[in-house]
Amino acid sequence: MAVFGKCIRGAALLAGVAMVWAAPAAADTIKIGAPLSVTGPASFLGDPEARTLQMYVEKLNAEGGVNGKQLELIVYDDSADANKARTFATRLVEDDQVVAVVGGSTTGTTMAMIPVFEEAGIPFISLAGAVVIIDPVKEFTFKTPHTDRMACEKIFADMQTQGIARIGMISGTGGFDKSMREQCLEVVGNYGIEIVADETYGPSDSDMTPQLTNIKNAAGLQAVVNPGFGQGPAIVTRNYKQLGIDVPLYQSHGVASKSFIDLAGDAAEGVRLPASALLVAEKLPDDDPQKAVVVEYKTTYEEKTGQPVSTFGGHAYDGLMILVEAMQRAGSEDPKAIRDEIEKTSGFMGTAGVVNMSPDDHMGLDLTAFRMLEIRGGDWTLVE
Amino acid sequence: MGRLLSHRLAVPLVIALLVVALSFAMPSNFYYRVAALVWISALAVIGLNLLMGYAGQVSLGHAGFFGIGAYAVAVLPAQFGLHPLVAALLGAFATAALAFLVGRPILRLKGHYLAVATLGFGILIAMTISNEAWLTGGPDGMPVERLTLFGWRVRGADTWYWITGGLLVIGAWIACNLVASPTGRALRALHDSEVAARVAGIDVARAKLTVFVISAVYASVAGSTLALLNGFVTPDKANFLHSIELVTMVVLGGMGSVLGSLAGAAILVVLPQVLTGFHDYEHMILGLIMMVIMIVLRAGIVPSLAALFKGRWKK
Repeated sequence: MAVFGKCIRGAALLAGVAMVWAAPAAADTIKIGAPLSVTGPASFLGDPEARTLQMYVEKLNAEGGVNGKQLELIVYDDSADANKARTFATRLVEDDQVVAVVGGSTTGTTMAMIPVFEEAGIPFISLAGAVVIIDPVKEFTFKTPHTDRMACEKIFADMQTQGIARIGMISGTGGFDKSMREQCLEVVGNYGIEIVADETYGPSDSDMTPQLTNIKNAAGLQAVVNPGFGQGPAIVTRNYKQLGIDVPLYQSHGVASKSFIDLAGDAAEGVRLPASALLVAEKLPDDDPQKAVVVEYKTTYEEKTGQPVSTFGGHAYDGLMILVEAMQRAGSEDPKAIRDEIEKTSGFMGTAGVVNMSPDDHMGLDLTAFRMLEIRGGDWTLVE
Repeated sequence: MGRLLSHRLAVPLVIALLVVALSFAMPSNFYYRVAALVWISALAVIGLNLLMGYAGQVSLGHAGFFGIGAYAVAVLPAQFGLHPLVAALLGAFATAALAFLVGRPILRLKGHYLAVATLGFGILIAMTISNEAWLTGGPDGMPVERLTLFGWRVRGADTWYWITGGLLVIGAWIACNLVASPTGRALRALHDSEVAARVAGIDVARAKLTVFVISAVYASVAGSTLALLNGFVTPDKANFLHSIELVTMVVLGGMGSVLGSLAGAAILVVLPQVLTGFHDYEHMILGLIMMVIMIVLRAGIVPSLAALFKGRWKK
C-alpha cells in the first residue's frame, strides 16, 4: 500500500496531461466538419471520402470560396468506432463550432452522431447507406448514397421486365448483406416476385456449392439474386458457373468494383448488377444528363490521387456540393438557414443521380440513380 | 503524510479531488465528454487490473463483459420496457453469473492457454451480438433509451462527467478495499507463487474465481454507463480490439495500481484527441509514445514514477 500513497504524484501528472490540449483560434472562415472512417475496417469508404473532400475544398477555395469566404475542412478519423465518432461529433459542435457536417462513413458511426447534431441544430449530410438514417426523417440529417432498398427495387424491376417471378436468394451474414437481404424481402412482394429459396453463408466461407445446390433444386427457379459484399459474391459466382445453373444471376451494388470481375473471372460473364453511373462514366451516351458530372469527378479524382475512382468518394462529392449550393442560396452561414436550403435542393445532379429533397425525403434520389449493368467480355456494359 | 497517503481511502480521495479539480478547467462540453470517457474506461481498467495486476491472470475477453453490460441497457428497456438502471443491474448480474460459469473451467488454465481461452470467449460474445440482428440491431448497432431518474432526463456531457466520476471513485474505493482485505492478500500471494499460496492454506481456485467475477462486473458496469452516455451501442465495444485496448491501458498505466489504471485510460483516450492535428502520422506517434513509455517506465507509468520519487527522497 505504501507504493499506492506515493502515486499522488501520478495524479498531478495526469491533471497536467488533461489540460495540455488547447482550442484552435477562430478565423473568418466557414468551418465544415468531416468525421470519417479514414483508417480501420471501413477505410475503403473513409479514405476516398476524405481525399475527395480535401480535393474539392481546395478547389473551391482557389476559386474564391463560398459567399466570399474560404472553407475550412476539419477531418477527424473515427476508424469506424461509433464511440469515437460521437466524441468527434461533440468536438466539432462544441469546440470547432462548425456550421455543417459532411461525414459519417458507416451506418453505425452515423447513427451514433445523429443525436449530437440534432440537438445542436447543425445540418449533417451522412455518407452511409442504410435507410434508417433518413427514415423516419430527422430535422437536420440528410444523406447522399442510395439505399440498399433501392438496389433491391432496381433488381426486381429489371426482373419484372423480363417476366421473372420465381427467384432464389443467397446472401452472407455480414452487416451489408444482412441489411440488404431484409430490405429485399420487404419490397419483393411489390414486384409480384416470389422467393422460392433463401440461403445464407458466413463471411469467410470459401465454398457455397451446398447452398447453391439447394437453390438449384427449387422448383420453377427463374433467377438468383446475391445481395452481398466482399469476396463472398465472387465465390458464389464461380460456384454458380461450376454447378451449371443456367438462369440469370444478379449481384448487388456491393460488388461494383473491378476486383469483383478479377476474382470471379470467366464466371462473371452475363452477371447483372445495379451500380452508380460513376462506374461506367465514359460509356454513358453523350446526351445523358449525368455524364458531365461523373466524367469530371472521375478524371479529377484519378488525376489528383492516381487511384481508381470509387462510388464512395462520389457520395462525399455529392454531399459537399449539395452543402455548398445550399450555402450559396442561403447567402449566410447560419446552420438553420443552411438546413432549410439543403431541404429545398432540387434538380441537383450528383454522381449518385438527380437529387430532389423535400421535407419528407432527406435523400432525394429515385431509381434512375442506379444503372443496370451486365458484365460482358470482362467489363461493364450498360443494358438500359 | 506518508502514512496518511497509504491509507486505503487515499486513492479514492485523490481521484475524487482530481474529478472535482478538473471540472474547473473544462472549457466546453467536448472536454467534459472526453473526461467522462476517461472515467468510464478507467472503471473497466481498474476491474481488469485487479485480475491482471493482483491475481496475475490474463483476460483477452473483457470487452465481451463490457459488451454484455452495454447491450443489457440497450436491449432490456427496448424489449421488455425495463428501467435502464434495472437493466444495468440485471446486466451486471448476468455478467457475474456468466463469469462464474466460464471462470471455473477457464481459470484452471495458465499463461497462454488462459489468454487464448478468454480470447475465444470474448470473440463468442462479440459474434453473438453482431449476428443476432433481430435483438441487437446487428453490426449497425442499436439506440439506447435515455436514462430518466425520478422524472429527470439525464443528459448533457457535464452531468455525465459527475455521474461517471462518482462511479469511478466508488469503483476505486471498492478496489482499494478489496486489495487491503484478506482476499487481496491471497491474490498477491497466488500472483507470486500458486504453489506457495496453496501451501499457506489459500483456496487458489476460489480466490481466482472471485476476482474474475468482480472484474467482469466492473467491465459490465462500465459498458452500461458508456451505452447510457452515448445513447447508442455498436458491437465494436465488445470485440477483440477493445479487449486489447483495455489490456494495454492496464499495462501502460501500471499493473497492480489503481491510479495506474486511471493513468493508462487517460493516455489512451486523450492522446488520440490531442494527436488529430497530425492526420496521417497520428497512429505512428501514438505507437511511438506507447513504446517510449514502456521502455523508459517499465513497470507502467504510475509504479515506475512512484519508485523514482521514492528513490529521490531517500537520498
